[in-house]
Amino acid sequence: MSDLSSMSELLKYAGERDLPLWRAVEELNCASQNMTAESSRESVKNMLEVMRASDSGYDRRQRSLSGLSGGDGGLMEDYVASGKNISGPLMGEIIAAALRMGECNACMKRIVAAPTAGACGVLPAVILPCGRALNASDDVMVEALYVAAGVGEIIAQRASISGAECGCQAEIGTASAMAAAALTHMAGGTNEQMANAAALAMKALLGLVCDPVGGLVEVPCVKRNVIGAVNAVSCAEMSLAGIKSRVPPDEVFDAMRDVGERMSTSLKETGEAGLAGTETGRMKSVNPMRD
Amino acid sequence: MNIFDILGPVMVGPSSSHTAGAVRIGQITRRLLGGEPERAEILLSGSFASTGEGHGTPRAIVAGLMGMGPDDERIPNSFDIAREHGMDFTFGTVNLRDAHPNSALITAARGTETVRVGASSPGGGRIQVFELDGLPVSFTGEAPTLIVKSDDKPGYVSRVTGVIAAQGINMSKLRVEREERGGRAIMVIECDQRIPYKVKVAITAIEGVKKVTRLNPGEESK
Repeated sequence: MSDLSSMSELLKYAGERDLPLWRAVEELNCASQNMTAESSRESVKNMLEVMRASDSGYDRRQRSLSGLSGGDGGLMEDYVASGKNISGPLMGEIIAAALRMGECNACMKRIVAAPTAGACGVLPAVILPCGRALNASDDVMVEALYVAAGVGEIIAQRASISGAECGCQAEIGTASAMAAAALTHMAGGTNEQMANAAALAMKALLGLVCDPVGGLVEVPCVKRNVIGAVNAVSCAEMSLAGIKSRVPPDEVFDAMRDVGERMSTSLKETGEAGLAGTETGRMKSVNPMRD
Repeated sequence: MNIFDILGPVMVGPSSSHTAGAVRIGQITRRLLGGEPERAEILLSGSFASTGEGHGTPRAIVAGLMGMGPDDERIPNSFDIAREHGMDFTFGTVNLRDAHPNSALITAARGTETVRVGASSPGGGRIQVFELDGLPVSFTGEAPTLIVKSDDKPGYVSRVTGVIAAQGINMSKLRVEREERGGRAIMVIECDQRIPYKVKVAITAIEGVKKVTRLNPGEESK
């Protein structure tokens, strides 16, 4: 029973053994990969460390090779520091963190793909600032990463985590569902609330197309990390409040695949339509260095 | 369930296929050559050719040829580092019609040794070698792999696999290709256990065998 392809099976596995969701994911992963819990946890802990290091190593002067990305994380930091931002310091910091990580990726810095490089900003932008706000220990944050990975694995099995296959909903949508479940764990939610938060997050981003300007992981990818992170927070909050997704998680993930299969190829990482197909998008793709 | 397909790899951005996978293509070319190239001609195909520049694909391939891994923060500066090491490298484009859109064809040389490697990067940082020195192959380099180039002679397959069996090594995949009957042949064997040096020595001694390369994950090949 090491290959789970549904959230209902994962919840059942954890429930029957009276395990928190993260522990069920860890057990199943160690069994299928023939790995000790210790070495598995060390690898996940290392990912948390790399996320922290990339976030704190952000340089607002860095620019991508194309010149399309860089500096926005710094602008957001300044605005939040001014004390004027409408949604308060925590949400401001989440937005800034998502931009920072997305820009680090575009500028060839070291990141953790989660589940992909283009969507690498969502999970750290949620767990790092919220971890500070909730006073979460490193152990709890590592547990949250297991929860996120379990959710991502099930989505990968049922649908896809590739923009070329199912559009951006498979990348930012999956990252957002992972982060929503992870945050629900950090806030002390139940296994069911974690699964429910993932379903709510994915539902909100169904249909999101992959339309990168010039085919590069920059526009709109960097800023879509922000919507993935902010959406994860609102969905975790809803789930913790007791609000349920009327469609269960597995059916939501199946719907994502269905939408992805019906989506035109021109909107699946080909750089042809959507934002890539706009007048400005075409101009930037011919000469990305142009302002 | 493998959560490390979801979390990770730890890599230098921006793209797992166009950057991390491209580093691995450079790395495997270096391993197949058996050391640092002095010269390399790198031809990019499909999406590697059209969007590679903005994804840092050329720098990533050169970084891999220099022995760097996908998480090496020196990748953006690989051109300078390679020049300091005296490596000559050139880039071009090629249209590999039957290959995956993210593919490269690299000819690398050191001393009298030359290899030509065709490899693709389908996603998630994984790679697939599909051509070696003009012959079709299919391997990833994730498992211990033995590559035997020889003349196509009756019975040589069993002699090669006999050496491996005698060492108690289990083969998981075996593929043999040849140019024509009696012409050049290539055998790619993936194994469950590390391949020791003595296996290479014993196979090299078999009549008709021209070259034996072993790839043990995490080791530079010799």
